[in-house]
Amino acid sequence: MTAGDILQETYSALSANKVRTGLTMLGIIIGISSVIAMISIGKGAQNSIQSSIESLGSNLLTIVPGVIQPGRGIVSSGRGSAQSLENDDVEALRSIEGVAYVSPELNRRFQIVASSGNNTNSTVIGTTPEYQTIRNMALLEGSFFTEAQVRSLGRVAVLGPTVAEDLFGEADRIGKTIRINKMNFRVIGILESKGSGGFANPDDTIYVPLGTMQKILAGVDYLSTIAVSVGDKDLMTQVKEEAISILSAKHRVDFENPDFSIVSQADILGALTQIIDTFTIFLASIASISLLVGGIGIMNMMLTTVTERTREIGLRKAIGAKKRDINLQFLSEAVALTCAGGVIGVLLGWGISYGITSLGIVQTKVSLSSVLLAFGVSATIGIVFGYYPAGRASKLSPIEALRYE
Amino acid sequence: MIEIQDVQKTYKTGDVEFQALRGVSFTIQDGEFVAIMGPSGSGKSTLMHILGALDTPTSGTYYLDGKDVGALSDDELAEIRKNNIGFIFQSFNLLPRATVLRNVMLPLVYADVPPEERKERAEIALKAAGLDEEHFFHRSNQLSGGQVQRVAIARALVNNPTLILADEPTGNLDTKTGEIVLGTFQKLHREKRTIILITHEREVAEHAERIIFLRDGLLEEDRKHHKQKII
Repeated sequence: MTAGDILQETYSALSANKVRTGLTMLGIIIGISSVIAMISIGKGAQNSIQSSIESLGSNLLTIVPGVIQPGRGIVSSGRGSAQSLENDDVEALRSIEGVAYVSPELNRRFQIVASSGNNTNSTVIGTTPEYQTIRNMALLEGSFFTEAQVRSLGRVAVLGPTVAEDLFGEADRIGKTIRINKMNFRVIGILESKGSGGFANPDDTIYVPLGTMQKILAGVDYLSTIAVSVGDKDLMTQVKEEAISILSAKHRVDFENPDFSIVSQADILGALTQIIDTFTIFLASIASISLLVGGIGIMNMMLTTVTERTREIGLRKAIGAKKRDINLQFLSEAVALTCAGGVIGVLLGWGISYGITSLGIVQTKVSLSSVLLAFGVSATIGIVFGYYPAGRASKLSPIEALRYE
Repeated sequence: MIEIQDVQKTYKTGDVEFQALRGVSFTIQDGEFVAIMGPSGSGKSTLMHILGALDTPTSGTYYLDGKDVGALSDDELAEIRKNNIGFIFQSFNLLPRATVLRNVMLPLVYADVPPEERKERAEIALKAAGLDEEHFFHRSNQLSGGQVQRVAIARALVNNPTLILADEPTGNLDTKTGEIVLGTFQKLHREKRTIILITHEREVAEHAERIIFLRDGLLEEDRKHHKQKII
């Protein structure tokens, strides 16, 4: 028997009862398409979170005062409540090998009033020019403030696009005056939108020189955050450890239990990726249950077919078919059924994830590996669930089969 | 040449034993047209299964062309059926889904005959069985009972078997169509084919040149039938 003969037999058997074949295939189609769609949605969510975190600045270590309590996550860090980070910590961090940029930050929320009379309540961050480099900030118009303006306590402000929109609408904004906490600031730059990602919205923020923030607006001399950008991704761990030992020595605290915490973007990314992975696996396992049910449907149909075609099996054996020929014929019917279902399922799953992308819910991504997996799984299901019925068919005695009514 | 010697067949159902054949011996030469007759329960179906290599005897020997068929495995029996025997059954002879040509080619498929050769051989067999070319691409539900049996005869011929084994081939046909089918057997007989016809009807058996009577699992009579009914 050639492969062509087997294909021909399979086609003729499956097309003889199209409705039944279609319904049986439906189980596999639904199973495969939902697995593909679920995995693509998971991958899409992962990619979108990854890119939004990377857009906040990659290779970034964020040092915050206080202690991140194990098990309670970064939200309960008590950030800002402790006052342990000081201006000269920045110089100490700069001396570590591998550190590219260091940007100290102090943030507060203030009421902001524009000359037009519009007002808003936003986060104001006092920082240095390096902040722009570290956080990948691009300017829509104007410029960021300079080192000189930080030293001279210049009353200048760079606005995030949301704040600018709230205060001025579409009107000209550069050179206008705004009042932050009742003090006048000149607008010198507007940032491009970065979109909200993570825990703060950089678009709804105003940036002023650090000195101005500490001495004039807040009246304090500590920092709420120090961002450290590392030149080489491979040096992240090394820099992190060094920063812990330098700062704890400087603060005279035990480095096992420091009065600050260092969070890297990789930590946040890792945690989120893990959550999404878990979720994707969860969804995909639910989808695989329908795949399993589809496989049982195939076995059911194959068993019915074997019974219905008992006389045919007898006839085939009488004219010289061996066990192997019969086995191969029924097994290939089951595999053809699942593979055809697999192809349609992949297309349908692709369609679903395309639909989700075009509806703008999540930017999904169908990976080649999930398609290959789906094919592998459907062929395996065909073999596994076709094995028993095919074995039963091949073991039929020709005499019994011919006598069967 | 077919030689069976003291063939016995016992079926066991639980503790109950049933002896279908109690020791049958005969020899059939190449080119003979033999009818095996007997009432139901005489053991003729069991004998047909053994002659057709569908089953093996409990004891005794069966030589087909000098080969001992009595003690072969399932797959070896399939090999014998494929190469040496052509079957014609009473009913359900053809695959309903396949065309006439495909049905006749089926034994060649299992015999690993190259696809190019199959069609030609199937057409030759169909013509030998007397089926008109216009039916070659019909399905079996578009054929009459007589035409179905001719296709079955063609399928039995296509592998050039040693033995053509027909089990009640006219059982489902009216007398006139039955005559035509039996006429086809006689034509094949004149072409020196070996044919064994299993039937319970004397009318049918009289078309053969030799009749073997079975009764209660024993050979009752084995005679040449000189007044063969020629069609």
